[in-house]
Amino acid sequence: MLDQTVTADGRTIGGVVMEMKNITLRFGGVEAIKNISFDIREGEIRAIIGPNGAGKSSMLNVISGFYIPQEGEVWYKGSRRPPMKPYQVAQQGIARTFQNIALFEGMSVLDNVMTGRLTHMKTGLFAQSLWKGKAEAEEIANREVAEKIIDFLEIQAIRKTPVARLPYGLKKRVELARALAAEPSILLLDEPMAGMNVEEKEDMSRFVLDVNDEFGTTIALIEHDMGVVMDLSDRVVVMDYGKKIGDGTPDEVRNNQDVIDAYLGVAHD
Amino acid sequence: MFYREAGDFSSTYAEDQQTFPIRFDRYRYYVVLFIAIVVVPFIINDYWANSLLVPFLIYAIAAIGLNILVGYCGQVSLGTGGFMAVGAYACYKLMTAMPEVSMFIHVILAGVITAAVGVLFGLPSLRIKGFYLAVATLAAQFFLVWLFNRVPWFYNYSASGQINAPERDTFGILITGPNTEAWATYLFCLIFTIASAVVARNLTRGASGRKWMAIRDMDIAAEIIGVNPLRAKLTAFAVSSFFIGISGALFFAIYLGAVEVGEAFGITKSFLVLFMIIIGGLGSIFGSFAGAAFLVLLPVVLKVVGVDWLGWPTDIVAHLQLVIVGGLIIVFLIAEPHGIAQLWRVAKEKLRLWPFPH
Repeated sequence: MLDQTVTADGRTIGGVVMEMKNITLRFGGVEAIKNISFDIREGEIRAIIGPNGAGKSSMLNVISGFYIPQEGEVWYKGSRRPPMKPYQVAQQGIARTFQNIALFEGMSVLDNVMTGRLTHMKTGLFAQSLWKGKAEAEEIANREVAEKIIDFLEIQAIRKTPVARLPYGLKKRVELARALAAEPSILLLDEPMAGMNVEEKEDMSRFVLDVNDEFGTTIALIEHDMGVVMDLSDRVVVMDYGKKIGDGTPDEVRNNQDVIDAYLGVAHD
Repeated sequence: MFYREAGDFSSTYAEDQQTFPIRFDRYRYYVVLFIAIVVVPFIINDYWANSLLVPFLIYAIAAIGLNILVGYCGQVSLGTGGFMAVGAYACYKLMTAMPEVSMFIHVILAGVITAAVGVLFGLPSLRIKGFYLAVATLAAQFFLVWLFNRVPWFYNYSASGQINAPERDTFGILITGPNTEAWATYLFCLIFTIASAVVARNLTRGASGRKWMAIRDMDIAAEIIGVNPLRAKLTAFAVSSFFIGISGALFFAIYLGAVEVGEAFGITKSFLVLFMIIIGGLGSIFGSFAGAAFLVLLPVVLKVVGVDWLGWPTDIVAHLQLVIVGGLIIVFLIAEPHGIAQLWRVAKEKLRLWPFPH
C-alpha cells in the first residue's frame, strides 16, 4: 500500500487499489477462470491479454459484478468486497465499456454521456417534477462535467445527434465518454480498439493515455492488438484457458516462454 | 421562413435545457396556453365540452401516464383500464367519505392510491419482460375490474353496482354532478392536464427520464452505469399509475358521472389508451396529446361526416371507426413507429429550410 513508483514518463503509480485473490469462476462444469490472482495499482494502465476464450472478458465481468466467482475474494480500496450487483459496483466508482457497444440507441450523445452522471445525481422525484431549483441546479452542475468530457473526447459536434446515427468509431468514443462521465476510480475497457482501422486505433490510444494522464484514472483494459498493449500498458496479465500464465511489465511478458508458447503454439511430441 | 432557429443561441446550459429551446416554439406554446386558459372557457358550450374537450384532456393525462411506462421505460402495460378504475373508485370512496374536502385533493389522492397499486402490480417487471409482462398487467386489468364488481364496499353497497358522482364543488364552484357548467369542468380538467404535462416533461428530461430510457434501450448497460433496475422500473410504474389514476378519477367524476366498471374501464379502455400512444408517438409528451386528440376526434368527425352529411346508418359508421383505427395502427407500426410526434418533427425539420431547401 505504501509503495509509490514513478514511471519513465513521469506518472506516479500508487498502491494497490484492487486485488483479485484466487478467483475461480465456473459455468456448470466449465472452469472459465482457474485460481487467478492479480492486483491493479492506482493510476496504472493494466492490460489483460490472452488468446480467444482465455477468460479475459469473464474476468472483467467478475470485477464489474456481472458474475459472482465461486471461489476467491475481490478486494477494493483495502477492504473485501461482498458479492454485489453491477449497479452497486458502479456506485462504488467502477465504470466500464463493452466489447460490443452497449449505448442507449434511442438517446442523443449528450443524454448518453449524462447517464454516466446518474450515480452522482441525488435529487428526489418530487424536486425533479418541479424542475426549478434543486433539480435544475443539479442538472446544470452535472451537465458541466459531462461537457468537459465531451470536449476532452472531441465529440462536441455530435452532442445532440441520436446515437443510432453514428458510425462505429464514434460510438466507441461515446461509450468511453459515458464511462468517463462517471468520474470512476477504475475504468474497465473491454477491447476499446476492436474493429478499428489504424488511424482510429491511434486516436483511441491517445485518448486512453490522456485519460490516465489528466484524470489520473486507473485503467484496466482487454486488447488483442499486441502493439497497442505493449505501448500503452504499465503491467500486463496474460491468461490462457482460464489460467494466468504471465504477469509483469510488457518487456517481461514479451520474453516469457509460456506466453510465447500460448501465442505461437508449441510442438507436442 | 415561418419556422427558423437561426439567430437563436443558448449561452447557458439552463437555456439549452429548457423545454422549448427555439423561440418560435416557445411563443407558439404560450399562445396555445393563452387560448386554452383565457379564450376557450368563454366560448365553450356543453357539446364541445362533453364530446371533445373534456375527454381529450382526460385521455391526454392517461396517455402521458402510459407513455412514461411504455414509451420511456419500455415496460408494456395492458392494465391501463384497471388502473383508471382504481383512480375512479378511490376518488368515489374519498368523495363519499369526506364530502367537505376539495375535489382537487380527492383527485390527487386518487392518483397517489393508484400509484401504490401500480407499484404492487409492477413488481413482476423485475423478473419478466416484453410479452410476458404485458400478460401480467393484463391479469391486473381483469383482477381489478373483477374486484370492483364483486366487493360491494367499493360501490358503497348500491343496488345497481354502479358508482355515481355526488355533487361536489371546489372554491364554491360546482365541479361534479348533473348541474355543472361546461367551463368549470373544462377548466378543472385543464389544470390537471397542464400540470401532468409539465411534471411529466420535467421528470423525463432529467435524471429519472434518463434512467427510464436507459432501462428501455439496454437494461444491462443501464445497470452497469449504476441504475438500480428495480427502483427505476417501480418509479416508472408509480409515476405512470399516478397520472392514470388521476385520469380515471376525472373520467368517472367529471366526464361520465356514473360508472359501471366493466363497461367504462374494461380491456377496451386499456387498448384505446395504448393505441393513443402508438399513433401519437411512443416516448413523447406531445405524442400523448396528439394521440389522444386523434382518437377522441376521429369518432366525432366520422359521425358528423358519415351520419349527418352522408346519411349512413350509425352502426356502419361505428364499425368503420374500428376498421380505420385498426388500419392506422398497422400503418403506423410499419411506417412510422414513432407516430404523429415523429411526423411533426420531420415536418419541422423540413419547414426549417422551406422554401429554400438548398
